[in-house]
Amino acid sequence: MMPLLEVSGLTVLRGDHPVVSNLSFAIGPGECVGLIGPNGAGKTTLLRAALGLLPHQGRSNISDLAIGTRARHAAWMPQTREIAWPIDVEAVIALGRTPWLPRGGSLRPDDRAAVERALSHMDLAPYRRRAANQLSGGEQARVLIARALAQETPLLMADEPIAGLDPAAQIATMQVFGQIAAEGKAVVVSLHDLGLAARHCTRILMLDHGQLVADGPPAEVLTPARLAEVFALRAYYQTGPDGPIFQPLEYLR
Amino acid sequence: MTRLMLLLTLGVLALFSASMLIGPAPVGVGDSLRALFTDTGEPMTLVMREIRLPRAVLAVITGASLGMSGAAMQGYLRNPLAEPGLIGVSSSAALGAVIALQTGAAAAFTLALPLAALGTALIGVMLVMVLAGPRGASLTLILAGIAISALAGALLSLVLNLSPNPFATSEIVFWMMGSLADRSMVHVWLALPLSLFGWILLGSLGRGLDALTLGEDAAGALGIRLPRLRLTLVVGTACVVGAATAVAGAIGFVGLVVPHILRPFVGARPSRLVFASGLGGAALVLAADIAVRLILPDRDLKLGVVMALIGAPLFLHLIYKTRKEFA
Repeated sequence: MMPLLEVSGLTVLRGDHPVVSNLSFAIGPGECVGLIGPNGAGKTTLLRAALGLLPHQGRSNISDLAIGTRARHAAWMPQTREIAWPIDVEAVIALGRTPWLPRGGSLRPDDRAAVERALSHMDLAPYRRRAANQLSGGEQARVLIARALAQETPLLMADEPIAGLDPAAQIATMQVFGQIAAEGKAVVVSLHDLGLAARHCTRILMLDHGQLVADGPPAEVLTPARLAEVFALRAYYQTGPDGPIFQPLEYLR
Repeated sequence: MTRLMLLLTLGVLALFSASMLIGPAPVGVGDSLRALFTDTGEPMTLVMREIRLPRAVLAVITGASLGMSGAAMQGYLRNPLAEPGLIGVSSSAALGAVIALQTGAAAAFTLALPLAALGTALIGVMLVMVLAGPRGASLTLILAGIAISALAGALLSLVLNLSPNPFATSEIVFWMMGSLADRSMVHVWLALPLSLFGWILLGSLGRGLDALTLGEDAAGALGIRLPRLRLTLVVGTACVVGAATAVAGAIGFVGLVVPHILRPFVGARPSRLVFASGLGGAALVLAADIAVRLILPDRDLKLGVVMALIGAPLFLHLIYKTRKEFA
């Protein structure tokens, strides 16, 4: 099957120092991939370089595309959540349709339908007329996730999309990601909540000091040895009748 | 939205007509119009066609230019305090104009001043673009603009400083206050093509400015070519502000205040704001230029002065409102 995201030998230098070095992996349809790693591991750099937003060495199939095609292939939710003007929620989400609009044209019925789907995915319909930049931080994050969903690309990449959301919204968002992956798309999200990663991701990439240290299903990646090595954590991790349950227990240093 | 545009268009038309009917020559409305449209051979035809028409047209051109470029600049920088002068165009243009006045070229040849202003504006903008680099964030553009503004300001002070006689100095000072008095159709033909070109460039930015609401990274991932967007913005602003400064001198506040006033009426969408601010700017400058002639008809009150007198209180009001929002 054709991978939706394929990087090989991806390296990003800051000065002479590699922030991520020689990363290679491919992500195909149906995968919901969690990108994990401690602060400064290079998660954001990897995602931005793969998208072609950062100068890099090595290849990324997305970065190779022409900028207009790229935006129809991959949606991106940056970690910095910026909504500069008091634009209403619906209009912010509609910005996700930008790559699909004809030159100089406005939203067509298909675009409006995509905006409605995104609104309902993130339970934002009651907010549609509110000024987006006056909502709470978590609500703004949901609006921006919906904006990325409205782009309806085969690949969705999001940098810490669930940080700052309330517990219910975190689970709801991960379920939406799982659902769009199950529809045959691919999702790559960086996140710090290893419990949610263990429960909702089909695959986990673990990054440490710019290196890919593990890649596989959650149960294979989140081993006690790696958690101790990379995160300095001891954790409880069992799969029971309620599915996989992961709970960090103590800091090991 | 369309209702707002219609209202603004009507406002511009009404103010344009009013501007055509105001002047020291005591002529009625009917006679003025007749003199404008039919060559009666009377001096009034000359007054209408060669004095009042260029003045009103230039008010529309400069107002629309300053309003549009202000809205575009605020949208690009995502900052309501941005204004078109930020990239150094107006101060570079002023430097050229002042050199033309100082050297006497302006007195020898009518177009020397606006052409010199355009020339230095061009040099200033090219320096800004080189300083800011081909890639890079909006911050480098602001910094480069500030540096070039400061340099142009310093050179302008130097010219004033070395000015041989007080008459040249006072001429320069008065020019810098900005005015549309005693302009001719020649000024219109100089400013119009550049302004039209700049309006087209600024008008094409809408989709990119809307996407930039979400930040540069998100806009880039939405397929917006940021280096091209920035180049279009800078060249467009340079054309319109360069042309406006060349023919009217330095007129502040329009590019700052007009987008701010109109923003709530367009749902804060940067793309819509650019066009609305063009009309709003034209209306504001027409109104101020009418005020200039009504308040002190025999004292040659400067447009830039009146604009600052209108603009500063509006700005204070904005600060007050912003303070309440963030309190």
